[in-house]
Amino acid sequence: MSTVLQNLVNQPYQHGFVTDIESDVAPKGLGEDTIRLISAKKKEPGWLLEFRLKAFRQWLTMQEPAWPNVHYPKIDFQAISYYSAPRAKKKLASIDEVDPELLRTFEKLGVPMNERASLAGVAVDVIFDSVSVATTYKAKLAEVGIIFCSISEAVHEHPELVRRYLGTVVPAGDNYYAALNSAVFTDGSFCFIPKGVKCPMDLSTYFRINTQESGQFERTLIVAEQGASVSYLEGCTAPKFDTNQLHAAVVELVALDNADIKYSTVQNWYAGDENGVGGIYNFVTKRGLCKGVNSRISWTQVETGSAITWKYPSCILRGENSVGEFYSVALTNHHQQADTGTKMVHIGRNTRSTIVSKGISAGQSSNSYRGLVRIAPTAAGARNYSKCDSMLIGERCSANTFPYIQVGNQSAQVEHEASTSKIGEDQLFYFAQRGIGAEEAVSMIINGFCKDVFQQLPMEFAVEATKLLGLKLEGSVG
Amino acid sequence: MIYQDSTTVLEVRGLRASVNGIEILKGIDLTVRTGEVHAIMGPNGSGKSTFAKVLAGHPAYAVTAGTVSLEGRNLLELAPEARARAGVFLGFQYPIEIPGVANSQFLRLAYNTVQAQRGSDELDPLEFDDFVREKMKLLEMNPDFLDRSVNEGFSGGEKKRNEILQMALLEPRLGILDETDSGLDIDALRVVAGGVNQLAGKDNATVLVTHYQRLLNYIVPDYVHVMDGGRIIKTGGSELALELESRGYDWVSAEYKNAARATA
Ligand SMILES: Nc1ncnc2c1ncn2[C@@H]1O[C@H](COP(=O)(O)OP(=O)(O)O)[C@@H](O)[C@H]1O
Ligand SMILES: [Mg+2]
Repeated sequence: MSTVLQNLVNQPYQHGFVTDIESDVAPKGLGEDTIRLISAKKKEPGWLLEFRLKAFRQWLTMQEPAWPNVHYPKIDFQAISYYSAPRAKKKLASIDEVDPELLRTFEKLGVPMNERASLAGVAVDVIFDSVSVATTYKAKLAEVGIIFCSISEAVHEHPELVRRYLGTVVPAGDNYYAALNSAVFTDGSFCFIPKGVKCPMDLSTYFRINTQESGQFERTLIVAEQGASVSYLEGCTAPKFDTNQLHAAVVELVALDNADIKYSTVQNWYAGDENGVGGIYNFVTKRGLCKGVNSRISWTQVETGSAITWKYPSCILRGENSVGEFYSVALTNHHQQADTGTKMVHIGRNTRSTIVSKGISAGQSSNSYRGLVRIAPTAAGARNYSKCDSMLIGERCSANTFPYIQVGNQSAQVEHEASTSKIGEDQLFYFAQRGIGAEEAVSMIINGFCKDVFQQLPMEFAVEATKLLGLKLEGSVG
Repeated sequence: MIYQDSTTVLEVRGLRASVNGIEILKGIDLTVRTGEVHAIMGPNGSGKSTFAKVLAGHPAYAVTAGTVSLEGRNLLELAPEARARAGVFLGFQYPIEIPGVANSQFLRLAYNTVQAQRGSDELDPLEFDDFVREKMKLLEMNPDFLDRSVNEGFSGGEKKRNEILQMALLEPRLGILDETDSGLDIDALRVVAGGVNQLAGKDNATVLVTHYQRLLNYIVPDYVHVMDGGRIIKTGGSELALELESRGYDWVSAEYKNAARATA
């Protein structure tokens, strides 16, 4: 690989600082008493403790999955703390009372928690380690009947809703990490868009891991009732530590008849250093259920961080004519490993799905797309279109595509395209010969490559994502 | 054309260069002045493309001896993009494809980069669109090329036209065209040659690399150089090209070897 390319892919992580704040951290270790402790700290109702304990007992019988194309030392689940919260002086009455150190942290990350100063028209739920520290625009959203708060709060304020939907899309025993999350989840966001309401602003959650020994297990639940629609954004960062932290989240989406949920993620967890030391293990289960007719769930993700990413945002297309979409850019650099993709499960008639995946590998990283398209016998007239493109930067990285296609109904149409390309020295020389430097050249090539995905993102997020990919790949050109 | 008060554009002295430790260029001397058109001919593998790429600063080639200056500036200490901005243009023998990057976007960025370097106005997408369409007419190019990815799926001839289009946009001091005639049918050759002739002026200079004399029926060079084994072994006027066409290269090599033996 040329030195130009090598320098290009060596940009330091921008969010690697630690906030010095007094935290309430549970002792390391995992057992039923840990779960009781979490539940007690959160003053949870009995049914939720039962839900957790049941998941935990199931988890104990399960094996860590070995099929992803990622490699890491065995995780010691007893060496992790399952609860860490910034210690609040007293119960907060409003955002203005949030610890200024926390406010500064999020300001530095570009996430203003002050409603007056915040991005025009985006409500934010901010999660710091295990707890939600603030949610903006809550009152304004409540006026139209939208519930947007932390899931802990929802458990107390809207127990019937949480109970009705929690675990219905991702059952507690769905997979190893979903079971772990169901047992120990600490916080996350809850959104409920009632019948007929179009959410007037984008909703977003910003996740920040701050404590070195803590894991983050958040749980997000979004429900859009008949005819409702919402666009939800998720962002995340973590400080630089030389140890790995575990992040095992579960996100569940439920769309009833004619409802529309658009879920966008820009994931920038700390990825480890250039030698592969440290970084987040991002083992996440995200799934949406298109329960009603004509419903639509669309996932857009820009995955740039984490030492290891293991994540398959999926759609269960049960409602007739429902639509599932997955648009993904996954960038890996240095020693990062990503095994990511989607599952589109067609159950209802005339259900449609689109998959557009763009994998970019640089350094010595490994980037795999893994996707399942399943057409159930009931899904007459179902259609899927998949396009998976990989791009390699340099000589030492790798890209893989693992498509699984199962067609149980002969009237279905399934289309799959794949390509692999490479940014090579000769391409960069061509740009250079026209006066264009390597940084600009790479960013132009990458943006062209990711165009189909970026145009799915809300405007400000698309700008963010473009900048982020640039940062990840740019550096001093020598 | 050769004229009285021309100035030196390119000055190459004793240039040696190697790739992967193998010496390819073994001492090249060449002076190119404003207004001139030079043709570099020679058999396959003689080092013509290597010479062109070394002038443009391709990172795979290491210069081991000699000097190269462009209008008095040391070219060898400049990065490839700086050489381009200083006015060196290389029309590639095999233009590379860049999927996903629209030709219009690429052309505009290249144009604006060079304009900025010259302290001239940059063009926004709409202004540029008008400007580039005019230039495309000159080369009888279909405007559809603007929306396609750079060189992707272009035929050999289309790629070459796209190269000349870029030269027309960037208005270099020194245009080096590597085998621009290869892969062109006779109509395309006429169009491309017409474009090159139109761009050649009193303030710039052109180096045509070719191993056919065919192109030289359309673009008449002031000098013809024969390259062989990484050296320029003979220089003459445009009539030399015709002689090479009828007699081949062997006699030039033989003559050169004899002369070398005589001086040894
Ligand atoms: N990257 C390279 N690695 C090894 N050999 C090369 C490389 N580039 C050129 N050469 C060798 O250098 C010689 C000159 O090649 P080239 O400049 O392409 O010749 P021409 O353009 O005159 O046909 C050839 O023998 C070729 O094989
Ligand atoms: Mg050649």
